[in-house]
Order: sequence, then C-alpha cells, then structure tokens
Amino acid sequence: MDSLKCASCGKELCKGLWRENPIFFQVLGMCPTLAVTTKALFGFSMGMATTFVLISSSLVISCIRKLIPPQVRIATFTVIIATFVTCADYFLKANFYTISKELGPYVPLIVVNCIILGRQEAFVSKHGVAKSLLDALGMGIGFSAVLVLLGSIRELFGFGTIFYYKILGEGFENWVIMALPAGAFITLGFLVGLFNWINIRLRQRRNSA
Amino acid sequence: MINLTLIFIAAAITHNFVLTYFLGICPFIGVSKRIEQAVGMGLATTFVMTLAACVTWVIYHFILIRFGLPFLQYVSFIIVIASLVQIVEMFIRKTSPALYRALGIYLPLITTNCAILGLVLFMVLREYTFLEGVVFGVGAGCGFTLALVIMAGIREELECCDIPKPLQGAGITLIIAGILALSFMGFGGLISR
Repeated sequence: MDSLKCASCGKELCKGLWRENPIFFQVLGMCPTLAVTTKALFGFSMGMATTFVLISSSLVISCIRKLIPPQVRIATFTVIIATFVTCADYFLKANFYTISKELGPYVPLIVVNCIILGRQEAFVSKHGVAKSLLDALGMGIGFSAVLVLLGSIRELFGFGTIFYYKILGEGFENWVIMALPAGAFITLGFLVGLFNWINIRLRQRRNSA
Repeated sequence: MINLTLIFIAAAITHNFVLTYFLGICPFIGVSKRIEQAVGMGLATTFVMTLAACVTWVIYHFILIRFGLPFLQYVSFIIVIASLVQIVEMFIRKTSPALYRALGIYLPLITTNCAILGLVLFMVLREYTFLEGVVFGVGAGCGFTLALVIMAGIREELECCDIPKPLQGAGITLIIAGILALSFMGFGGLISR
C-alpha cells in the first residue's frame, strides 16, 4: 500500500517536469516566459518567484478548499494569489533590488499567470494538501526549467554569456535579435516544436516495440 | 495634445502590448483562429481596458496613495478588474442582447488577460495623469485588436498549408508572432524616446 502511495506521489511530482509541462504541453503562462528570459538569471528569478507563489497559494487553498463557496472560488483564489505575489514582490525589492528592477511589472503580473490559477482550479480544489504541494512543486520546477533553458539560449546568442559567464569567445558578434521580443517568440516556437517532435518519436517507438 | 498622440501611437504600434511587452499572449494564441472572433475579443478588451484605466487611476490616487496603502495595489487592482468585467457583462446583457451574444463568451476570459493588469501597472509606474491614462488604455486596446486581427488573418490562410506536424498549433503561431514582432520593429522610428 505504501509503495503504491509513493508511486502516485512521484507521478504528481514528475508530471509537471515533462509530460504535462506547463509551458510546452499546456501552453500557459506565456507572458512572463517570453518577457523576462533575455538573460538566464532573470528567467531563474522569475521561475523561483512563481514557484513560491504557486506552492504557498496551493498550500493555503488546499487547506481551506472546503470552506470556499463555489460561486466565488475564482475571486477567492485570485485574492490569495495576489497576497502572495505582493510578498514575493516586496521580498525581491528588499533583497535583490537590481533583479526586481529588471523584472519590472512582470513580478506583479504573476497574479494573472494562468498556470497558477489553472492549477488551483484544475487540481488543488479537488485534492488534499500533500498531493497539491507535490503538484505545485513539480509544476513550479517544470516552469522554472523552461525559463532557464529559454533564458540560456537567448543569453548565449544575444550576449555570448550564460549566467554572465563568458562562453563564446571575443570573435562572436552579438546576435541582437535574440535579445529582442522577436527572438523570444521564435526561440520558444522552435522549442515547443522540438518538445512535440520528441514526444511523437517516443510514441512511435513505444508503439513499434 | 502632442503628448497624448505620442502615448496613443506608442501603445498601439511602436510598443504594441502583444508584440513587445508580451501581454495578452493567451488570447492571442487561443482566440485568433477566425477574424470575426478576433474582432469581438479585441473590442471587448479595448472597452474593459479603457474602463479599467479610469477606475484604477481614481482608486490609486484617491484611496491607496491618500491613506498610505500602496502595498495593497495588486490585490485591489485585480479585484477592481474582476468586478469591472462582471459589471460590464451584466450591463451589456441587460441593455443590448445582440452585443452580449457577440461579446458574451469573451468577457469572462478578459479577467485573466494579463494585458489589463499590465496596462494598469504600466500606468501607475509611468505616473500618467488621468487623461494620459485613458488615452493609454484606448491605444493599448487598439494595438491588441490590431495584432489579434492580423494574426487571425494569417491563421485563416495557414489552414491550407502543409505545416510540419510538431510545429502545428502553438509552435507555428509563436514563430509567426516572432516574424510579426520583427515587422512591427520597423515602426520603431516613428517616435524616438
């Protein structure tokens, strides 16, 4: 029984990483994904802030989900999320001022990030505390991983660095378009394509085996 | 007057909300399959954006600043937007059933549209006056509608194209959005600031 329980918990945690990845599979939360990933570090900070909000609001909502009247649940969720976003924003402003300045209005915009509201509506409001926390953690890590990946690719080609560490040599001419909005759209488009391609190949291999 | 025109052009074209600030990407990808749908969604969003700009400006300056409560701004803004959308929905349903049928399904979606909250946050951040805020709201709404309609037009044509399977859906839409963003960069010289 215990091993069965562990397996299902592992499944809740892992599904956010690949199979139901919030960005690639569900195509949610596009706005911060595209906007803050000019550098890998900004993507990482955004991912951490979103994960914090996701985990803490899942914790609170899964505890009080039976008390919330269903008619006003969306409004309640939004207010709870907005409270934690305010915490995250003030924390960043106090401790990491330069990063907070770079992220600008995209930190408060976590409030309307569809991933968070979507998870509360689709998962947390139907499951208990432990499962909800695992689900939130998995989704948060999956989201952050894509942000760091996208940020690294754009920073590598746009500035020749990753996390400010020089990768490409002196002769590299910065590929300006990668640091601009157009680069974000095109890179993410191809990443989504790559994700689907790998999934199609995996399915074919499973079917032929 | 020149200042207001500049704000309008910047919000609608050179600093288009969708293509440079990435605000409102979800409806941009989700509701851009038919031109009529895109027009309906765009008009409803413009309407709510303008209203939201008016109401939040008043609340921010006369309540939050006066009583020293700026830390409540995110919570209060999102409540204002959500209730505004609800009121607009009820009002339109009562007064104009035809318009309600046209816009009805899009209205609830607007609450979670990050373009509205983004607009309000930018307005507060840039310390616009009331009139500037309203013009900014109209401009941003027009820009959103423009981007959405262009995208819908392209996607209607795309249906006849042979797209590689992994890129179908979100992938190709994002790549097209990238190319659109590139072409909108061409407007960049219109205003220098």
